[in-house]
Amino acid sequence: MSDEMLFSLNNITKSFVKGRENISVFDNLNMTINKGDFLAIMGPSGSGKTTLLNMLGGVDQPTSGEITFDGGRVDTLSESQLAGWRANNIGFIFQFYNLMPMLNAARNVELPLLLTHLNKTQRQKSVETALELVGLADRAKHMPSELSGGQQQRVAIARAVVSDPKLLLCDEPTGDLDRQTADEILEMLQLLNREFGKTIIMVTHDPSAAKFAQRTLHLDKGEFVEKDLVA
Amino acid sequence: MGQIISQSFAVIAMNLRSIPRRIWMSLAMVFASAVVVAILLAFLAMVKGFETTLSSAGSNDVAIFMRGGSGAELNSTVTREQVNLLEVAPALFKIDDKPVLSAELYVIVDGIKKTTQTEANIPLRGLDIDGTKLRSGFQLIEGRMFEPGTNELIVGAGILREFDGFDLNQEVRFGKYSWKVVGVFSTGGNVFESELWSDAKVIQSLYNRGSSFQSVRAKMDSPASLTELQTYIENEPRLNLDVKAESAYFAEQGSSLSYMAIFGRVISMIMALGAIAGALNTMYTSVADRSREIATLRAIGFSNISAFIGTIIEALVLAALGGVIGALAAYLLFDGLHASTLGGSFTQVVFSFRLSTELFIQGLNMALMIGLISGFFPAWRAAKMPVMVAFQNGH
Repeated sequence: MSDEMLFSLNNITKSFVKGRENISVFDNLNMTINKGDFLAIMGPSGSGKTTLLNMLGGVDQPTSGEITFDGGRVDTLSESQLAGWRANNIGFIFQFYNLMPMLNAARNVELPLLLTHLNKTQRQKSVETALELVGLADRAKHMPSELSGGQQQRVAIARAVVSDPKLLLCDEPTGDLDRQTADEILEMLQLLNREFGKTIIMVTHDPSAAKFAQRTLHLDKGEFVEKDLVA
Repeated sequence: MGQIISQSFAVIAMNLRSIPRRIWMSLAMVFASAVVVAILLAFLAMVKGFETTLSSAGSNDVAIFMRGGSGAELNSTVTREQVNLLEVAPALFKIDDKPVLSAELYVIVDGIKKTTQTEANIPLRGLDIDGTKLRSGFQLIEGRMFEPGTNELIVGAGILREFDGFDLNQEVRFGKYSWKVVGVFSTGGNVFESELWSDAKVIQSLYNRGSSFQSVRAKMDSPASLTELQTYIENEPRLNLDVKAESAYFAEQGSSLSYMAIFGRVISMIMALGAIAGALNTMYTSVADRSREIATLRAIGFSNISAFIGTIIEALVLAALGGVIGALAAYLLFDGLHASTLGGSFTQVVFSFRLSTELFIQGLNMALMIGLISGFFPAWRAAKMPVMVAFQNGH
C-alpha cells in the first residue's frame, strides 16, 4: 500500500426522497483511499455500504460534497463522462457475477475491451492473458451455464481486470459461494492487490472475507464506527 | 463514433441471442406484424389487380366516344347518324381508306358466380368483327369467332373461369333468347375478358335498340390526334359526344375501387395499432428481462446510446421478420387469386390479385413502422436504466 491518495471523499451528504420523507444516508462523510489499498467495508443492511460503493463507482452521485479520483473531480461528471470514466478506471465484481449468459467466457471477458481502441488480435491476446491469470484458459469457449459459481466469478474477475483498471469494486464477491470457493476467490483478489498493485474496495457481510483485506471499515447508519481508520 | 458502433453491434448481437429466453413473446410480435402486413397486402393486391385489369385494357391511340356527360358505356347512346359522322372524322387511322372503327352496344345479362352460386351482372358487348382489331392481345383460345347475324357469342376467359354455364358449345339463355357459346377469347387478362361478345346488329334487334349504339371506338393516327377529334366534335353540333383516350376512360373506371385501398389502409392501421400495443408489451418485457445485463454493460462503461440502439434494432428485426413472413403469406395466398367485383358499369369485372415489388416494400414499411414505434419507448427505458440495477440482489 502506497501513501499516494487515489480516492478522496469530502463532506459527502447523500439523501433520498421516499414519498414525502427525506431519508439521509450520509451526512458529512469524509474518507480517503490510497493507491494499492485493499479495503473491506462492512456493516448491517441499510448502513449505506451499497450507496457508498455506488458513489465510488460513479454509478450514483452525492447530494453534496466532493469526490476526487486520482486528482480529478468525479462528482461533477455527466452521465456519459461517468461511463467513460468507469470504462477507464474501474473494474466491477458483482455478487451474482453478472456474466452475459449468451456469451462464452472469452466473449464476456472481452466486453470492456470493446470500449478501447484495441484491434481484434490485441483483444484476443488480452482476453487469453486475463483468463490465464484466473486459471480458466481452458474454459474460454464455455458458456456461463457450463461453469460452476466459482468459475463464473473467476471469469467476472478476468473481465474486471482485462482492461487494467486502477480500481476493483467488489460487491459481496463471495456472497453466493461456498466457503472453500470463496477463499479461493479472495486469495485471487489478494494476489491482484499484492502482485499487480490493484486498489480493491470490497463490500461484504462476511467477517471471514474481510480478513483478506488490509483494513476494514465498519459503517453504521452512514458513519464509520472505527474512527482511527478514517482520514 | 467507432466505439459507439462496436458497442452497438455487441449489444445488438447479445439482444438477438437472448431472444430464445422470451421466445413466445417474441413470436407473438412477429405474428402480429405478419398478420397486419398480410392483410394490408391482400387489400392492396386486390386494388392493384383491379386497376391493372382495367388500365391494361386501355390504349392511348384508341378513342372512345360516348354521349356527353354519360361517364360510362351503360348510360350512353350513340345514334347511327353520329356513327356515320364519326366515320369521316379527321385523324383516324385508316386501312384501305376506311377507318378502323367499332360501334358497340353494352347490355347487362345475368350469370351465376361459381364461388357463391349467386346471380351477378355480366356485360354482353355487341361489336362487329373490326372491334376485335381494337383490342390489342385479342386471341381466340378455343372454338371460333361468332357468325354475324346469328345468336352466337364468344366468352372471355375470365367469365369462363368465374361463372357457371359458359362452356364451349353450351346453350345459354338470357331472358327470352338462347345463345350458343362458340368460342373463348383472351385479351391478356384485362377487363375485356370479363365480357361476352356477340354481333352488334343481333343485340340491336333482340334488345330493341333500333339502330343506336352506346359507344364507338376508333383507332387514331396517334395519341396526339385526340385534340383534333375534340375540335371536330365541338364544331359539329350533331355530335353531342365526349371523346377520351381509351386509357383515360379505364383509368377513371379503375379508380372506382380506390376506396378499397383506403379501406384496406384504415383496417391495417387499426390492426397495426393493436400490433404495436402487443409489440410494446414484448419489447418492455425484453428490457425487463435484460435489465441486469443492460445495467452491467452500463457499469462496465457501455454508453446508453448502445442500449437504445440494441433495443430498437431488436424490435425492428422482429417486426421486419413478421413483415417478410406476412408478405410471403400474402404472396402465396393471394397473388394470382381470381376474383370478381362490381366495376364502373354495375357489371362484374373479373381480375387477379397482383402483388408487386412496390407493394412488398409498402408492406415492409408498415412492419418497420410497427417495429420503430414499439421499439422506441422500451429503448428509451433501456437507455435510462439505472446502473444500480446491476447491483441488485436476486438472480
